[in-house]
Amino acid sequence: MNSTLLVNIFRFVLLLALQIIIFNNMNFLGYISPFPYILFIILYPVNGNKSALIASSFLLGIIMDLFSNSGGTHATACLVLAYFRPSIFKFAFGLSYEYQTIKLNDVITPQRFSFILLSVVIHHFTLFLLEAFQLTYILDTLITTLLSTVFTIIICIIIIYLIKPNKR
Amino acid sequence: MQQIFNFILKNSNKILFLLLLGTSLTLTIQSHSFHRSKIISSANFLSGGVYEKVNNLNEYLNLKTQNDELALENAKLKSILFNKKDTATAKALDSLKGVKLDDIIVSKVIHNSYNVYENYLTLNSGERDGVKPDMGVINSLGIVGIIENTSTNYSTVISILNKRTQINAKIKKSDHFGSLNWNGKSTGFVQLTDLPRLALIKIGDTIVTGGQSVIFPENINIGTIAKIYRDTQTNFYTLDIKLFNDMTNLGHVYILKSKNRQEVINLEKREKDE
Repeated sequence: MNSTLLVNIFRFVLLLALQIIIFNNMNFLGYISPFPYILFIILYPVNGNKSALIASSFLLGIIMDLFSNSGGTHATACLVLAYFRPSIFKFAFGLSYEYQTIKLNDVITPQRFSFILLSVVIHHFTLFLLEAFQLTYILDTLITTLLSTVFTIIICIIIIYLIKPNKR
Repeated sequence: MQQIFNFILKNSNKILFLLLLGTSLTLTIQSHSFHRSKIISSANFLSGGVYEKVNNLNEYLNLKTQNDELALENAKLKSILFNKKDTATAKALDSLKGVKLDDIIVSKVIHNSYNVYENYLTLNSGERDGVKPDMGVINSLGIVGIIENTSTNYSTVISILNKRTQINAKIKKSDHFGSLNWNGKSTGFVQLTDLPRLALIKIGDTIVTGGQSVIFPENINIGTIAKIYRDTQTNFYTLDIKLFNDMTNLGHVYILKSKNRQEVINLEKREKDE
């Protein structure tokens, strides 16, 4: 239990640092940037403390906001993702997910992929919707969501394969 | 009482979620209103410090373009110095009389954003260097933005690439003015709206800051007209302006102290009160 806590704190700091120093400066075609820092919420232990997840997601988002001058958009998007995570689990893995020992940072199966895809879409859509803050920009928001989602998922999968424990 | 406790314990996650959601939504809404929240901004010790470190690395990659720009500016200044008899340049110098060397703070952009609808820059000078909110920020090519928040060592700038920016601007040759804002589409273009149809304009004309602004002195370069839209309903033009500045690549900037600003604001306020 103690080592999981340490791993999560380490992940929190490392992903934030990577996001701020490297990924925030990646502006593909001028407006598409990836947000792989949400891997912290995606990779959080399945049967971990839910209140701790919600609180730490809020902290994660508010630090991102601090660095990108965006008010509370990242915080809201992270909170929404953290709160709906159990429902996405149920959708992607079936009803009895809590009794299975799901490890997310492993080889990508269709189930794991659909979980990551749904999480990223929910986060990005909330984020860009709040960033634009006007329904007249809804088409732009959808396009940015779509493109950024693809970009984020590619980078997330690369990171998962990189940090995968080499047991075999 | 027991039941209330049980309810809270049972729904602790939901309550925590709603509480934090309320906080973050409040911050979001505040950031979109004109009087911005002063809490969440990158002009603080932590983010300012990190951005400065990162920028030190990035600077090496941009040395070549920065050198080119400085060389160009030098050449321009020299040409002004050596051709003083030229009436056109003498006029330009005269109209910039409001700006003296001791009215300028030289600063450096340590963080630049241009991919969202509301973009901000972070500069590495703050209250200690005399920076105050609502000062204008320019560089050698043209305008950059307006100071928004300041801390001891850092300040944030609301970029001209921001939906909330409104700057008074005019056509250089005819003095017809309109207001400059951004539609959030392209980083190279801004829009000039409310320009009267009486104005004679053509593509390629230069747009400069107008005399009505208390933030910028008159005749600071902005860009050239790239496209003209005629509104059939009203008597106004909307123009696409191609910026002289490449807003995605900013290095050193100048912050303008305006001495008469407070005087103008006080005067206008007194007139409104009466």
